[in-house]
Amino acid sequence: MDVKHVAKLANLTLKPNEEEKFKKQFAETLKTIDVINELDTSDIAPTSQVTGLTNVTRLDKIDASRIIKIGDYFKVPAIFNAQ
Amino acid sequence: MLNKLSLTEAIAGLRAKKFTSAELVQSCLDQIKKHNKKLNAFLTINENALDEAKKADISKPFGGIPIAVKDNFLTVGLLTTASSRVLEEYMPQYESTVTKKLKEAGAIILGKTNMDAWAHGSSTETSDFGLTLNPWNTGHLPGGSSGGSAAAVAADMCIAAIGSETAGSIRQPAAWCGITGFKPTYGRVSRYGVIAMASSTDSPGPLTKTVGDSALIAQIIAGHDPYDATSSPKSVPDFVSNLNAQRSTLKIGLAKEYLVGQSKSVVLEAAEKFKELGHKVSEISLLDPKYSISVYTIVQRSEVSSNLARYDGIRYGRDRSFFGDEAKRRIMLGTYALSSGYYDQYYTKAQKVRTLIIKDFEQAFKKFDLIIGPTSPGPALKVGASVNSPMFGELEDMLLEPSSIAGLTSISVPCGFVDGLPIGLQITGPQFTESLVLQAAHNYQQTTDWHVRKPQL
Repeated sequence: MDVKHVAKLANLTLKPNEEEKFKKQFAETLKTIDVINELDTSDIAPTSQVTGLTNVTRLDKIDASRIIKIGDYFKVPAIFNAQ
Repeated sequence: MLNKLSLTEAIAGLRAKKFTSAELVQSCLDQIKKHNKKLNAFLTINENALDEAKKADISKPFGGIPIAVKDNFLTVGLLTTASSRVLEEYMPQYESTVTKKLKEAGAIILGKTNMDAWAHGSSTETSDFGLTLNPWNTGHLPGGSSGGSAAAVAADMCIAAIGSETAGSIRQPAAWCGITGFKPTYGRVSRYGVIAMASSTDSPGPLTKTVGDSALIAQIIAGHDPYDATSSPKSVPDFVSNLNAQRSTLKIGLAKEYLVGQSKSVVLEAAEKFKELGHKVSEISLLDPKYSISVYTIVQRSEVSSNLARYDGIRYGRDRSFFGDEAKRRIMLGTYALSSGYYDQYYTKAQKVRTLIIKDFEQAFKKFDLIIGPTSPGPALKVGASVNSPMFGELEDMLLEPSSIAGLTSISVPCGFVDGLPIGLQITGPQFTESLVLQAAHNYQQTTDWHVRKPQL
């Protein structure tokens, strides 16, 4: 595994000694998970949701109970310190 | 010694006016003061707990009951760190559905408990704020990731606790600390406001002194939540009154592949107990748990890499340089499994094998009502066992990962001891059969006394 490249994709900065350390540990982990290839999955569909829910949507409507209305505006917490 | 009471006893005592909520909370706080320095079960104590107790409305289901909460549940007004330095000073902006429901039921959040950082692990040794020790033997680990919650219950620092599991993080520490840990079906309890680990298996649940207590808490926290799209719209049965319902003989499968390690002989005795109780127990063969280790490792790392992408130092807490080794490993392995060229080899393959595991359970549950086996291959391991073992959690949780991957419901109850350390029995049922799982576990606890034994602190 190209640890440096993966770290970049993951937005992580590695310390100088970490690349080697992780490389060794990843090799060990990948070896453990490789047993998965013993199983034939050629006609098997991948699982996407375990309890069988599909296309859970909600109405595209503002929940008025969750906003504090002031005139035509709604109130949000202050981001900058108000002096 | 009010802190030693079970949830069921504490509720009854409060209602009968044998003691007040303030006395109950104070006895837990005293116990925390006495033992937390050593055990490190709690990270944060709710300084207002006693004031809240004085104002408690005991007519509510959990009125005035002090409950400990794992530190990955958002609690307004209480630090929520997931035991990571990234969130060391993080104050939540909103309340998790689970703690909201507990508060509405009158419960008092006593404090926040230690865990593996981001719930990555099965030992609490990956916590950035020091590990928790096992109350039965402080040279041993409490298990994890909900290790702080398990130790807090075992050491009577609280009446009951809340944890979460992605694959075993409730049941394994419950087993190692000699208490009851209950994992509801995936989607039965809302994940809203729980710091996400692996979203396709994350399941909040109770860690308690008895099965009856777990049923009480599950009753409060279960149910559909519009803020969690994967929470189930199925109606929630009455777990509590179903506990003692008269049932015909249960067909119980004893998972042959799970009978490994030091737990084996103790679990075989538990199987005999179920026969004495009039149930039919016979061996069943399931897919080798080694495949679940692979599936879980790939799926969990992949989901972690996505879920932890949000911690960029801008929206929450500190920047990514504060991640510990375990989080970095998991984020990177997940990134790798999802990256171009490797996605099918790892992620898609794992989700296909996941389908095989689900089908394996479906076949098993055609013949059996429930499946039993050890929660963990052996008792609590010694402090330091997880260090330098990047697959520690996966190997310790190998008997729990299959049921988590399939989204099943399962419970761990104390069933004996090895070398003075508790052993857990897991009882697993099909999705949404919480009532049956709780009933069988309750049935077992009615005729055994493993769960009432306490560690000497």
